[in-house]
Amino acid sequence: MADIILKTEGLTKHYGGVHALTNANFEIRKGEHVAIMGDNGAGKSTFVRQITAVEQRTSGKITFDGKEVAFEGPLDAREAGIETVFQTLALADHLDVSDNLFLGREKILFKLGPFSILDYKGMREATRAALQKTGVKIPNFRNTIQNMSGGQRQCVAIARTATFHSKLTIMDEPTAALGVQETAQVENIVRTLKEAGEPLILISHNMRQVMDLCDRIVVFRRGQIVANLKKEETDGQDVVAYITGAKTQPEYAEAAA
Amino acid sequence: MAETTHGIGGLKYDHSKRERPQELNVFIALILIVAVFEGLGFWLMGQSFLFDSGDRFDSIFNEARLQIIILQVAIIGIIAIGVTQVILTGGIDLSSGSIVGAAAMIAMSFAQVAEVNGFPNPKGIFIEQGWVDLPVIVPIAVGLACGVVAGGINGALVAYTKIPPFIATLGMMVTARGVAKWWSKGQPISFPTESYSKLGAGMTPVVIFLALAVLFHLILRYTVYGKHTYAIGSNEAAARMSGINVARHKVMVYTIAGVLASVAAIVLSSKNLTAQSGMGVMYELDAIAMAVIGGISLQGGRGSVIGTVIGALIFGVIISGFTFLRLDAYYQEMVKGAIIVGAVVLDQWRQNKGGKT
Ligand SMILES: Nc1ncnc2c1ncn2[C@@H]1O[C@H](COP(=O)(O)OP(=O)(O)OP(=O)(O)O)[C@@H](O)[C@H]1O
Ligand SMILES: [Mg+2]
Repeated sequence: MADIILKTEGLTKHYGGVHALTNANFEIRKGEHVAIMGDNGAGKSTFVRQITAVEQRTSGKITFDGKEVAFEGPLDAREAGIETVFQTLALADHLDVSDNLFLGREKILFKLGPFSILDYKGMREATRAALQKTGVKIPNFRNTIQNMSGGQRQCVAIARTATFHSKLTIMDEPTAALGVQETAQVENIVRTLKEAGEPLILISHNMRQVMDLCDRIVVFRRGQIVANLKKEETDGQDVVAYITGAKTQPEYAEAAA
Repeated sequence: MAETTHGIGGLKYDHSKRERPQELNVFIALILIVAVFEGLGFWLMGQSFLFDSGDRFDSIFNEARLQIIILQVAIIGIIAIGVTQVILTGGIDLSSGSIVGAAAMIAMSFAQVAEVNGFPNPKGIFIEQGWVDLPVIVPIAVGLACGVVAGGINGALVAYTKIPPFIATLGMMVTARGVAKWWSKGQPISFPTESYSKLGAGMTPVVIFLALAVLFHLILRYTVYGKHTYAIGSNEAAARMSGINVARHKVMVYTIAGVLASVAAIVLSSKNLTAQSGMGVMYELDAIAMAVIGGISLQGGRGSVIGTVIGALIFGVIISGFTFLRLDAYYQEMVKGAIIVGAVVLDQWRQNKGGKT
């Protein structure tokens, strides 16, 4: 099927004896916004780390944009078109906001291989525009990241993914530390992605947010997918039942047993 | 609304309250140390440390002493520039002193004259092969190649085998020293060509040191290479997740450090007109000390080449100050050790005070 942007088959990750992710079969179509929910330690971030090749999977197959892929590292995933807000945010503490926003794909004034000259001015201007979109309050964005609040850091990480066009965006708990206004802004960014037809995997513990923003909810429990629910066919209580283990969809019952 | 030029979201920001740059603190430390030696000079020796122009009217400085200070730190300073970028990535390089030894021996053996006073060069290594009186570019290229190889191996070990940098470069420290001794079976190598002997003559080490300092200041500050160096030292996992090829970058960083050590080797052997297998012993520690005194954090991600240059000057002032006060060399070593530990403690304290990470 041509309109599936990402598909995983039997994706599995063991950390020594810990089975953090077992046999995950997941797919997302172009333009679709899918939420992943599940309790702490359910394997959601592990799933993201396998897709983005931050870690190498134990087994399983990943198909992205019609091709089976074996990314060697996050750089490959990013170049293929996957933008990610990691739960750990992946920011360099001693660099400032615009340095972080463009880390790994700096704007260049003059090309000289690894010694290419940075276009600081261009990056600062783009950063200002990107941050204004998230509505974050940062008194001095030449300040290093280490002096910023958790929410400000999170906004920088989100602005980073929102600045670059991608084939798939993944956000791992992007609003966990945000205030009311900033959360609303991030949700607006997500809606813009939806309007632009860009697919999104959103990991969140916030039921209202998930119901507002996503078309489909995939539930993880103890390293396994236990439900795949269309938004129209479910409600908050139903989802909670799957998360806590009160319910399991029949097609996943054997896996979760 | 000048306060909010960098602000977003309407928060005020007062520029006058901006944190003082680290380099300024180091510079103030330099001034204070000079002042201490001035004070001790008047009190103990009855003369000024740096401001004794010997009855000349065109200057207030003791130029001879200033020259000695900067000349004696210039060669190790070249190494310290390379070590600085290694430490910025959160690594360490213990091999630079040994690389100096090996590169000096090998480069010098390609820089020898055929005849000394009408007799064949008594120290000639490659007389039989006829590799004598070669153009100066040959020993330079050979010397730099030694740095590339040794630094490249350091980098590859650190980047791909995940051996801690401390261990990997400790191995290179021992190995390269072995190479230096093996190369001529322990014999010193002397009688370089005239063109080679010019490379480190007079104040050229200082010129090379300062030129490299400016170059690397610009590289670390204004290029992608520099940005990635800081990013890796600041948060290696984040750098990798951001798509930086961390392993390849580390190989480059350690290789460049090796090359700078070999530059120091060429300059030093040229200046001394000879190379010995014991050349550069302990230079790695002096270079690390210069960087740490200059405010380069051993935890990576913090500091600059300007800091290292000032650190090198502090280093030179202290050594030359002790000589000026006629303090025994034993005390110099002890105090040097204490200063290094003090600088690291200061760095730890700064990190903890620096708030959340
Ligand atoms: N590097 C690792 N080594 C060993 N175990 C790990 C490692 N990383 C994760 N785990 C384990 O794998 C399991 C899944 O972790 P994961 O981070 O994916 O959870 P999560 O669903 O994202 O939880 P949260 O909602 O708290 O973010 C946990 O039990 C965790 O302890
Ligand atoms: Mg998680």
